[in-house]
Amino acid sequence: MKNKFVKAIFAIVLGSALVTSCKPKNSGDAVSGDAAQKAYVAPGKYDEFYNFVSGGFSGQLSVYGLPSGRLFRVIPVFSVDPEKGWGYSEETKPMLNTSNGFVPWDDLHHTEMSQTNGEVDGRWVFGNANNTPRIARIDLKTFKTAEIIELPNSGGNHSSPFITENTEYVVAGTRFSVPADYSNGDVPINTYKENFKGHISFVKVGKEGEMDLAFQIVTPGVNFDLSHAGKGKSHGWFFFSCYNTEQANTLLEVNASQRDKDFIMAVNWKKAEEYIKAGKGKKQSVKYAHNKWNEKTHTATSEIKNEVLVLDSAELKDICYMIPCPKSPHGCDVDPTGEYIVGSGKLAALIPVFSFDKLMRAIKNKQFEGDYSGIPVVKYEAALHGEVQKPGLGPLHTEFDGKGNAYTTFFVSSEVVKWDIKSLKVLDRVPTYYSVGHLCIPGGDSKKPFGKYLIAYNKITKDRYLPTGPELAQSAQIFDISGDKMQLILDFPTIGEPHYAQAAPADLIRNNGQLKFYPIKDNNHPYATKGEKEAKVVREGNKVHVYMTSIRSHFAPDNIEGIKVGDEVYFHVTNLEQDWDVPHGFAIKGADNGELLIMPGETTTLKWLPKKAGMYPMYCTDFCSALHQEMQGYVRVSPAGSSVPLTWSVGTNLPKATK
Amino acid sequence: MKNVKISGLSKVLLLIIAVFFAGSLLVPMWQIQLEAPQYPEGLVLRLHANKIGGDVEIINGLNHYIGMATLHTENFFEFTILPYIIGGFAIISILLIFIAKRKAVLSFLLLYVTFVILAAIDFYRWNYEYGHNLDPNAAIRVPGMAYQPPLIGYKQLLNFGAYSIPDIGGWMLTFAGILMFSIVIKEYKFNKK
Repeated sequence: MKNKFVKAIFAIVLGSALVTSCKPKNSGDAVSGDAAQKAYVAPGKYDEFYNFVSGGFSGQLSVYGLPSGRLFRVIPVFSVDPEKGWGYSEETKPMLNTSNGFVPWDDLHHTEMSQTNGEVDGRWVFGNANNTPRIARIDLKTFKTAEIIELPNSGGNHSSPFITENTEYVVAGTRFSVPADYSNGDVPINTYKENFKGHISFVKVGKEGEMDLAFQIVTPGVNFDLSHAGKGKSHGWFFFSCYNTEQANTLLEVNASQRDKDFIMAVNWKKAEEYIKAGKGKKQSVKYAHNKWNEKTHTATSEIKNEVLVLDSAELKDICYMIPCPKSPHGCDVDPTGEYIVGSGKLAALIPVFSFDKLMRAIKNKQFEGDYSGIPVVKYEAALHGEVQKPGLGPLHTEFDGKGNAYTTFFVSSEVVKWDIKSLKVLDRVPTYYSVGHLCIPGGDSKKPFGKYLIAYNKITKDRYLPTGPELAQSAQIFDISGDKMQLILDFPTIGEPHYAQAAPADLIRNNGQLKFYPIKDNNHPYATKGEKEAKVVREGNKVHVYMTSIRSHFAPDNIEGIKVGDEVYFHVTNLEQDWDVPHGFAIKGADNGELLIMPGETTTLKWLPKKAGMYPMYCTDFCSALHQEMQGYVRVSPAGSSVPLTWSVGTNLPKATK
Repeated sequence: MKNVKISGLSKVLLLIIAVFFAGSLLVPMWQIQLEAPQYPEGLVLRLHANKIGGDVEIINGLNHYIGMATLHTENFFEFTILPYIIGGFAIISILLIFIAKRKAVLSFLLLYVTFVILAAIDFYRWNYEYGHNLDPNAAIRVPGMAYQPPLIGYKQLLNFGAYSIPDIGGWMLTFAGILMFSIVIKEYKFNKK
């Protein structure tokens, strides 16, 4: 009896051991032998690609190297950054101005590099603000945000900032349909179907990159999600995925998931241009900010604009067409030839691939199954090239390698799947850790992909890195896709939450005429101090302007007296250095904003409101030289109404020391 | 023995010498390359016949740490006369083609050698002056340390490696000297008629 019991226990233990060993292998086994070698970039060597990764809820743009995954820079875009003075210096404050006033934070989801002839050209990278709808342009010569334009009639600028193949336009589609700014917005929420409208914006991009809101197209109230421009043969068209065609205004997770198919909206923007020429656009009264950075004055200006041209999609019949797409489509990606449009229904178990040629034929032959609030709906089969069957669960985004393959991410099944665009056959699949969102192949949404690496951006990283409390990093994973099989070579945590990213060959950007410093002779800042002899302090009522210089390793002036409580002090600091990589910083005790980081030849201003009498040290915050710790000074603050005269000096005491 | 005429080949060489002299005025004569961990790309001072070029501003900025005087073209009288001297050499070379006497070429070679020696002494003198005449209040003072760049060749000066060598113009002058010497050898050794 006893013997039997022991045997039974033994059998159970053995059995469960067997079961346990049958568990799928853990992620550690996914890395094969030569991965380290493939991702290794030796110290002092350069990466092959720049990777511009959206910072998501950080509001910024991060710049990494591929394949090393090294972080080079975080460019402040939509969120203030006290470290760099972004949104804190007087010069940068106008960059974050909107029709709602100064907005210190936003959510940057997608990046898109400028293109010429459908190829990445290394001039600019665009980013979208998801919360207070805006588009930013970042200059890749300075790695600085050069321009931000706000989008009226929008809520949640998500399907943005995608561009046309010669950067003619950068687009934006509203995620939240809302009552238009030119109509009354103070209406019951349950009147969604009647009062809420979608607007998609076409922002013209000029030769020097300057943005101009050319026109908007008003659509029925739905949620626009993502978009991509046609290219090659489909140049002139833009494709936007949309969900919530149920037009729900509450509990969308249920109410917007009812219909079997939502839409991809095809927009003929060349036709829209013709209508505008013919005077079919309506000027509507709105308010939006347009902020520009000036490289000569080192200062931003913000202009509020009051008008936008709107085209009505229901009235002007042949601008917009709806293509049915299964289950709340998310990603909307166009292959390098411009023929295939991949829709990714995030609740679907298949991937529909549409054919541009077939779509054109269907439109020509009026193969419509009806209309959606006045917009013709093309028959699904009439536009369909085919469906990828059983690719995985929850397809989100697709990029291309230029060799006829597509790579789609699957959030729910946490994997990347490689498939053949023409035959629609699944070729390979690799797991991601965990729940991948966007992916990026250098040039992967352009006419000319560089199909060597694929980066997956993951939402969940639990157990992947050393734990850091409740809040964990998001991650990126690099795969070598040069062979038939995808191979994981590196995995690294990112800043913020990476959504979409773009990458381009390093040489394209390295050799684009990178700025190393600002020539001091071109500095047209109204408070520039172009030599130590010009350094001075000027009082204008309770405003005090300090014309200050910094050069290794001192400020001029570095002793200031005669400042009083109640004064508004403006430190206009000019970095007199004229060499690469010699920034100076500036900080003063008690400042209720940030520091300044001043690049060589640049002038930057910190506003300071001294609140009590006393001695205030100031110093250089960027380790500039061997005598950086000596780069310091004092500001004496006297009580309001004090008669201490305004004096300033460097090197020699002024006023003279008394014994 | 006297008034031996030089050959046609020697005249051609004299013409080349004249071109070298004239050409050297258009390009830098001498360079002092500086390398430091903070300047992997290197800094360079380029001495032209009439001015100081290269990264003068950056080097002047750095030199204040050790109290070295700043470099300014107008502080060196040499830059006002050097173009005329070298221009003069070019003219003499042309004249020699017409004079065509080997003794005249020999005299010119001796004159040129004297010039080179004087120039080297002058250059050394300036290097010494700048390397030793340091501001006693400078931030960095290393007892016994001088910052005299080498006349020619390499020397480590604190974190900077200094490499002093001819630039294009210097090489032109060198070749001019070598050619002149070749003419003299040729005319005196091989042309004994």
